[in-house]
Amino acid sequence: MRSKWISFGLVLLILALWEGYCRGFQVPGYILPSPSVILLTTVQRASVLFPHALVTALEIVLGIALSLAIAVPLAITMFAHPAFEEAISPFLVASQSVPVFALAPLLVIWLGYGIASKVLMAAIIIFFPITVSLLEGFKNCGSEYAMLFKLMGAGFWTRLRMLYWPWALPYFFAGLKVGVTVATIGAVIGEWVGSQKGLGYLMIQSNARLKVDMVFAAIVWLSVMGLAMWKLVNILERRIIRWK
Amino acid sequence: MLEICEVSKRFGDLQVMEGFSLTVPESGFTALVGPSGCGKSTLFDLLTGVVARDGGSIRWKGDEVPDLGSLAAYMQQKDLLLPWLSLFENAMLPARVAGEGDARSDEARALLKHLGLEDFAHYLPGAVSGGMRQRCALVRTLMFGREIVLLDEPLSALDAITRRSLHAVLLLLQTEFRKTLLMITHDVEEALLLADEVIVLSRPPMTVRECFRPKSSKPRRITDPELVRLKEHILSELEAESDAL
Repeated sequence: MRSKWISFGLVLLILALWEGYCRGFQVPGYILPSPSVILLTTVQRASVLFPHALVTALEIVLGIALSLAIAVPLAITMFAHPAFEEAISPFLVASQSVPVFALAPLLVIWLGYGIASKVLMAAIIIFFPITVSLLEGFKNCGSEYAMLFKLMGAGFWTRLRMLYWPWALPYFFAGLKVGVTVATIGAVIGEWVGSQKGLGYLMIQSNARLKVDMVFAAIVWLSVMGLAMWKLVNILERRIIRWK
Repeated sequence: MLEICEVSKRFGDLQVMEGFSLTVPESGFTALVGPSGCGKSTLFDLLTGVVARDGGSIRWKGDEVPDLGSLAAYMQQKDLLLPWLSLFENAMLPARVAGEGDARSDEARALLKHLGLEDFAHYLPGAVSGGMRQRCALVRTLMFGREIVLLDEPLSALDAITRRSLHAVLLLLQTEFRKTLLMITHDVEEALLLADEVIVLSRPPMTVRECFRPKSSKPRRITDPELVRLKEHILSELEAESDAL
């Protein structure tokens, strides 16, 4: 509880310093708007921000769904077949070392300016932490538990359902938390490169018109969305993993 | 009768067993004691088929079997209860895996009641004591429905009082449930209190060094002069083996 108050106090201090700097030095709004101006824009222009936020949120949610659809079967296959894991691991690592900025224009060319390229962009960023975490969770299950299940006569799928999957759930949620936090990056980069909707699109348009307060307002909305999703995953985790 | 005939196993340069043989009477309680690292747990791994043996055979009631994987239940030092399942659900695991599910739930409830866990059946393992968890592991072991029970230091992680209360429970496995019990233990007193036969094993390559059959009837008291004498004898045997390791 005390640490929460310290964090809150720190944030207030930074905002106060920022506000004081902008007002004291009369910094123009198109260079650095003050927190009070950003807050006003965030609330007053909510009707403009909301439809764009909805599009970005949809891209992120669909990106998470797509990444789960890829990551879960992939982690299971890698766990069930170590030779497959060995073969595919270099490609997975390589896929993560390519900057998403390099991929974004290609995805826009291939999938168009619509939602698909952004969803795929978000999925590319998210699927790796989920796959790696889930695989780590499966591997972390004690061999003595696996032996116990084998002695019960359990096949791989029974062991997966009754043992490995519940065992790996805390790891899965750890990966998912990282995933939902970085998902906004993928969606926004996709929108920057080419789109007609979304907070990323709004940021690019506002920046070009020197409406920096609107850029900051979009960032605030993005942060709130990211935080809300992180919180949602936390709630889900607490509900599912009751034994922790 | 369980017959382990001429079993051999080598790990790299270490010949853990070479022509190891042992006969365990049906519905009997046999305890294995030996110096650390002599290969006792490896023997269980070989018996259950978790590790492949290099040679030898296993016979159960006269018939040769590849291993005891489908004939024996195995209980280890760790209770191995799944933390996300209640004690009842943990006890039901062997039935659920076998697809018998609800059909054996009354049996699981009766066993939990028998071992004093009736009121805790819906608790998660994390919410009960070590002794209760180990008793639940025993119920799960019984729910395997197998005639042979392999016990690998099942009580070594527990405190002295809990161990003592669980000795009676282990004896129930033999007297009431008519199981053939083979137990690894480092505790010579425990072996003498519970087993019909105490087998002293040698350092690798593991062989049966000596076999003791306490004459006093169960439940035994460790102050029994026969047990005191046997304990001293076995400990000196083990010391000799440990020195040679």
